[in-house]
Amino acid sequence: MDAYVFLKVLWWLLLGILLMGLAIMVGMDMGVGTLLRFVGKNDAERRTVLNIVGPHWDGNQVWFILGGGAIFAAFPSLYATSFSVFYIVMILLLFSMIMRPVAFEYRSKVPAEKWRDTWDWAFLISGAVPMIVYGAAFGNILEGVGFHFGWDGQYYQTESFLSYLLNPFAILCGLLSLSLAIYQGAAMLMIRGTDPIYSRAKKIGSVAALVSVVLFVIGGFWVSGMDGYVLHHADPAMPANISTPQDVTRVAGAWLHNYAAAPILWLIPVVAILAMLAGSLAMRANKSTLAWWLGAVAWIGVLSTAGVSMFPFLMPSSDNPAQSITVWNATGSAYNLVWMTIFSAIFVPTIIAYTTWCFRVMRGKVKSPSPSDTHAY
Amino acid sequence: MDMIINPTVVELSRMQFALTALYHFLFVPLTLGLSFILATMETVYVVTKRPIYKEMTQFWGKLFGINFALGVATGLTMEFEFGTNWSMYSHFVGDIFGTPLAIEGLMAFFMESTFVGVMFFGWDRLSPKAHLVVTYLVALGSNLSALWILIANGFMQDPRGGTFDPNTMRMQFTSFIGLIFNPDAQAKFVHTSIAGFVTGSMFVMAVSAYYLLNKKHRDLALRSFRIASIFGVISSVGVITLGDALGYIDAHAQPTKLAAMEAIWKTDTHPVSAAWNLIAIPDRQAQKNVFEIGIPYILTPLLTHTETTVIPGIIDLEQQAKPKIENGIKAMLALKAYNANHSDTSALATFKQYENDMGYGFLAKQFAPDQDLAKVNQANLPSVLDKTANATIPNVWVEFWAFRIMVAAGFAMLVLFAFAAYYSLKNQVERHPLLLKVALWSISLPWIACEFGWITAENGRQPWTVYGWLPTFVSASSHSVAYMVFSLIGFAILYSSFIIAELYLMFKYARLGPQEEHHGDAAPAAGGGLAGKPAFAKASLDRQ
Ligand code: HDD
Ligand code: HEM
Ligand code: HEM
Repeated sequence: MDAYVFLKVLWWLLLGILLMGLAIMVGMDMGVGTLLRFVGKNDAERRTVLNIVGPHWDGNQVWFILGGGAIFAAFPSLYATSFSVFYIVMILLLFSMIMRPVAFEYRSKVPAEKWRDTWDWAFLISGAVPMIVYGAAFGNILEGVGFHFGWDGQYYQTESFLSYLLNPFAILCGLLSLSLAIYQGAAMLMIRGTDPIYSRAKKIGSVAALVSVVLFVIGGFWVSGMDGYVLHHADPAMPANISTPQDVTRVAGAWLHNYAAAPILWLIPVVAILAMLAGSLAMRANKSTLAWWLGAVAWIGVLSTAGVSMFPFLMPSSDNPAQSITVWNATGSAYNLVWMTIFSAIFVPTIIAYTTWCFRVMRGKVKSPSPSDTHAY
Repeated sequence: MDMIINPTVVELSRMQFALTALYHFLFVPLTLGLSFILATMETVYVVTKRPIYKEMTQFWGKLFGINFALGVATGLTMEFEFGTNWSMYSHFVGDIFGTPLAIEGLMAFFMESTFVGVMFFGWDRLSPKAHLVVTYLVALGSNLSALWILIANGFMQDPRGGTFDPNTMRMQFTSFIGLIFNPDAQAKFVHTSIAGFVTGSMFVMAVSAYYLLNKKHRDLALRSFRIASIFGVISSVGVITLGDALGYIDAHAQPTKLAAMEAIWKTDTHPVSAAWNLIAIPDRQAQKNVFEIGIPYILTPLLTHTETTVIPGIIDLEQQAKPKIENGIKAMLALKAYNANHSDTSALATFKQYENDMGYGFLAKQFAPDQDLAKVNQANLPSVLDKTANATIPNVWVEFWAFRIMVAAGFAMLVLFAFAAYYSLKNQVERHPLLLKVALWSISLPWIACEFGWITAENGRQPWTVYGWLPTFVSASSHSVAYMVFSLIGFAILYSSFIIAELYLMFKYARLGPQEEHHGDAAPAAGGGLAGKPAFAKASLDRQ
């Protein structure tokens, strides 16, 4: 295989891993944020909940930031187009995301009930909104997005944000993403929490896993009927240029073509479903660490299912399918991808090593901080 | 289809970027500087084992945390704003510019953000030495993040490490070494990092002066004051030295910025006696300063570090741009032809001949009839050239004064730190309440210098986002005005409420001061983060 094609596919895989890391780690914290008001009934309980993720949420959030940076470098045209075309939704996501660091740091620094209650709402919004947007973005991309490019690479957009936000399939995907995040958050609360937080998380989490299964299966049937995109006569080694027209057609059910071509791929959605079912059972059996890992497997399965069905598309254009963004026409140059690969090979293992160390240092059950302690969250 | 983006949308996008970036940079310098001051205090603690230094570290660490949260929150906006608002820009240079951003995440943000949690929460869980290492990693991480973002910014100021490729229609990465050893990026990094130390020093010194004036927390305040004033003297000297180097580098990479910064309209053909404008009121229309006070003989050595190098003025720079604009128009037309038909080798050859000036063709687009370069002909060419040449010069008034405000703040702080360090070393600060008052009231100076420094850097780069290659008005995303109004109002509301909350907490906790009850007590003091303390960690706690 051509070296450039190899790099393109490698970075497609790494993009997937990044999106999975983001979903698992950031999603967990967002799930905890969403659950805060429901598993913590009084201030002491809520502070305990916050301190369960307290030492790690900032590190986890870097998965999200790295997601932005890595897409920018490895898929510049995808970065340029996707964030602009979903502008209002992205801005809502940013608004809710930027509340979170402030909420963590400021909430418990003032004892007034009103102050703390306001920040607790901020946690709910900044947990639920980003996860819904995350899932909805996948939904929209599966449906095709309204954009095209001028000859010089300038992008133009044609659809209004309402059709992106208020469209039933996107909402379904958004809810799936939210329920998986809630599940993952609940698993963490079980690992580091004690009763009554533990048992409330257990109840919500084991239901969330089942809700996820249902939403995922409905989504699967929906996708099998909707219009997908097919790329004919592709030249994977082409210079990455989005204004070069490609031969793309819209075909009903096309998102299942990859599965038809290689039936072994059906294992991916099956693993996802089994992981969610087993996760619900594991929670009920008080195997919280196992439940956490099953949640991770579920995320990997769900995201791989979507990625595999669209390959090689990254973001099909409903406006001008010939200008769809694919793995072949949107990556960085080979030179850039080589450098990115070198840096990732050095730093990803390093990051995993010190993150593990930090989790080990801070491990164990969390007790409620004393009311006068203004240093804890 | 060829059309340009609604100029109002471009203006609003610039306004949004400027506001969010300036806002982010309210928090960044304190993080950069205070993190190293914390590490220094903690080092003294680990070496001397005197609890007062641990208390100092934890107290300043709490203020660090309040500031840090907003730095992180506003940084999130920055990371995505290139995609949300500068679509063409991101597409055009993402292959080069995205890489330092991604490396910043891998190398710096992960380190800083992962360890910062342990720094706040891990006092009881780590040995003092291990905790010190964690604090150093946080400081190192934040300064590494500055390094990579400034390498990215350096590329915009002086594009090195890549070039345009007509087959991909964007700039492509060709030299990693060229990118990271860009002299602009290197000087910028050192200047900005040290500006952070200046900020951290001023902050600690001013808050300590407040305690000394109010006769509170005397021991902690005196020690903090001394560390800060000494740090301050060293870093002010550094920031001025590197600032001078930056100006020198600008002179080569961006002559238009330099001419605007100094409000030089006419090229002075006697460089030896050329005057440096201390004060000027530039008039763009008349192409001269309506009022100026200059100091003769110092301009040339100040800017070029030589006696004889001629510094081109704005009027000459506009004339020099005209042939580039003509070439640029040819390059753009050839590029369009080549793009329509990749076997058109003559178009490719024409493009190659003029490619280095293609940015000027982009720039001319807004002044071409119907924004179509193909409609430029002999009759309308002179007017297109005039207008485009005029557009190559940034806003002189803003540039001149923003630069002077920064420099004035820099020298004022140097003088203040020098006095403060002198009296502090002689153990006499408490006898000079005037010095303490000035120190307290100067607290905003480093922020003023930083903000106006960025305005100098970024306004001076106009009309380009990538100097010489991509104009700002082409770079933006094609949103509607309504979209931009929505996001601007949202940022305004959110950011205003955040700054109110942050100032409230900063004042509250600075006034409160360190919790005295722990004085001289080796038990885990305030800041110990009792949260997250598991039952089994008790043993390690008691060990301390
Ligand atoms: C405490 C803050 C501070 C202080 C006292 C100074 N600066 Fe500064 N300056 C900055 C903080 C700063 C900054 C915020 O860090 C900037 C913005 C962009 C950059 O790279 O650094 C900057 C930019 C900046 C630029 C523009 C760089 C560009 O165009 O890319 C120049 C030429 C100088 N500085 C020169 C100076 C000089 C001659 C100073 C002498 C007193 C000085 N600065 C003091
Ligand atoms: C945090 C420190 C920074 C501040 C305070 C700052 C400030 C500004 C200002 C004032 C403008 C508006 C210029 C004008 O319209 O006249 C601007 C524009 C811009 N800056 Fe910066 N900047 C900062 C850092 C950066 C960095 C590090 C980058 C790149 C990595 C960057 C990229 C841009 C871009 C893309 C624009 C928009 C285009 C333009 O108007 O020039 N900025 N910035
Ligand atoms: C001179 C310009 C800049 C410098 C020196 C700088 C430096 C820093 C530093 C030290 C932090 C740590 C947190 C804090 O500030 O309190 C930070 C946060 C952040 N900055 Fe900036 N920044 C600059 C501009 C930008 C720009 C233009 C971007 C967008 C690409 C950006 C993206 C971020 C992000 C995403 C964070 C949050 C990281 C975290 O979670 O730790 N910064 N920045």
